[in-house]
Amino acid sequence: MPITYTSGEQIEVYRFSIPVTIGVPLLALFLQAFLPQRLPFFSIFDLPLLVTIFFAMARRNPISGLFTGAAIGLAQDMLGAYPIGIFGIAKTVVGYAASSLGAKLDVENAGARFLVTLGFYLVHQAIYFAVARGMVNLTMNWSWSRVIIAGLANALLGVGLYFLLDKFKQRA
Amino acid sequence: MESLLGRHRNLIIFLSVLFLQALGLAVQVKRGGPDEQDTRLIRIWAVDALTPFERAVVRVQNSADGVWRNYFFLRGVRAENRQLKEQIEQMRLEEVRLGEDAAQARRLQSLLAFKEQVIAKTVAAQVIGSSASDLSKSIYIDKGSNDGIAQDMPVITATGIVGKVLRVYPSTALVLLINDQTSGVGALLEKSRLQGVVHGTPNGELMLERVMSDEQVAPGETVLSSGGDQIFPKGLPVGTVTHVSPGKELFLNIKVKPAADLSRLEEVLVVTEKHEQQSLAENAGRMRAADILALRLPSVPDKPAAAGQTATGAKSSGAAQAKPQVATGKIKPPQENASPTTGAQPSKMAKVATPVAAQSVAGKTQSAKANVANSTEHTAVPTDLGKKNRTTGINGSILETHPSKPEATQAKPLNAQPASPPVPSPSQDTPH
Repeated sequence: MPITYTSGEQIEVYRFSIPVTIGVPLLALFLQAFLPQRLPFFSIFDLPLLVTIFFAMARRNPISGLFTGAAIGLAQDMLGAYPIGIFGIAKTVVGYAASSLGAKLDVENAGARFLVTLGFYLVHQAIYFAVARGMVNLTMNWSWSRVIIAGLANALLGVGLYFLLDKFKQRA
Repeated sequence: MESLLGRHRNLIIFLSVLFLQALGLAVQVKRGGPDEQDTRLIRIWAVDALTPFERAVVRVQNSADGVWRNYFFLRGVRAENRQLKEQIEQMRLEEVRLGEDAAQARRLQSLLAFKEQVIAKTVAAQVIGSSASDLSKSIYIDKGSNDGIAQDMPVITATGIVGKVLRVYPSTALVLLINDQTSGVGALLEKSRLQGVVHGTPNGELMLERVMSDEQVAPGETVLSSGGDQIFPKGLPVGTVTHVSPGKELFLNIKVKPAADLSRLEEVLVVTEKHEQQSLAENAGRMRAADILALRLPSVPDKPAAAGQTATGAKSSGAAQAKPQVATGKIKPPQENASPTTGAQPSKMAKVATPVAAQSVAGKTQSAKANVANSTEHTAVPTDLGKKNRTTGINGSILETHPSKPEATQAKPLNAQPASPPVPSPSQDTPH
């Protein structure tokens, strides 16, 4: 599972149609809100995060990556019980970092995607925790075991999901 | 300058977006945190945009499920029906027993002028979604301010408490579950009556905190709401203790399994109205502790008149003579207004009414009789209460035991009116 370092010219940049750009994040949010009530184990996944990472890495543009992350994160915040912006900040960072990484590294194969998703999940959780505790003053406890297990589960799901979403890619 | 901006354009935009979000977050936090009353329009838009889909999916799912379950999948329904009927019979018996216990508890509470919170009105709601995040444990229900839902209302199921209403929209509401890390429920352990606070953990489990490490807490003990949080009425099931271990500082780590299955909630009840009420028995007239004790104690069989005369004290002889009369049905204790306790007693009384049983318990009840007489005396108003009892007929086994009066040794029941209903036999006592 090589993560190849390539020049900007060698890396393919993709774009997505408007229905996909809007519909996929909305569907991810809907499923994330709806499925855990029917399938409790599903709450371990963070579909909006996976979608953020996918779009950011495919577009390879930090600006669109960070805005995608911010939009999805803020929408996720609106459905939650906590102040709006915690997920927004975390996903903005992930979107920016993922697209920056995507611009430099070719992360098209499954192994690379697995590692990248796992890494970004940990980053996302760390930022969320830091903002929630440090800024919003929420009473939260960090659980390494839970974060690691959830990270691995999300990375596995991510690999499958990315291959599915690859079908919607259009060459820029 | 321009080249600098151009070179770091991405980073500047990134930091600007982050800054704006942090600013927005700060504004929200400054206004009162997550529990603030006002709801932002953007939240309402987001919820209004998403919940119709969730509602529609739930409706379709329920319809399909209903058609399947009610018209097609009826295997074993007859057997189940028979089983349920048997269960109903058992539960009716249990209900009567519990009703008697509850009435007794109410009378004792009235003695202490105890005010209890009663759930007066609930609204049934369906769970239509969750918070779209594993980090906050909350759910959306399909009832909102249009249905009388308001902030901080408790949300329960038949099995236990679920959470409280955090935000209210016109047709939906957000409920913060008790296993969220930011929630807290005042709780107490059923047997030991130790008080604590139930919190959620990052894993979505429940922990009972603030119980001192020198206390004894056993796994399996039931955790109830204490009412101390001013949200949940006292006595609702919170969960069951599953694991106890020494924690940080001086407190125990008590893991609690929630009574309600928080991960599979489908329908919940929102308590929209609760009020404090004095227990019913208080309206019927106050009872003395001695009255209740007298009702609870087993009676003793008839004794020869000489035995009563040779009794050393007026108190003990009074009890010794009055009780057998009750037990054998000669004296008919009046049934108290809406008081099942007197209904509970006959079974006990009937047991000792048989001669063999009566003799076997006679020795044991001697000391108890003396206690009853003492208790009666300790109330310090035997004459007044006796008059009251004579007129109101609250308790059939209260005796005139004023030690200063010679007739006290005759120890007759105050309300041995013939019009009073007879003591039912155990078979009569069996409810159907």
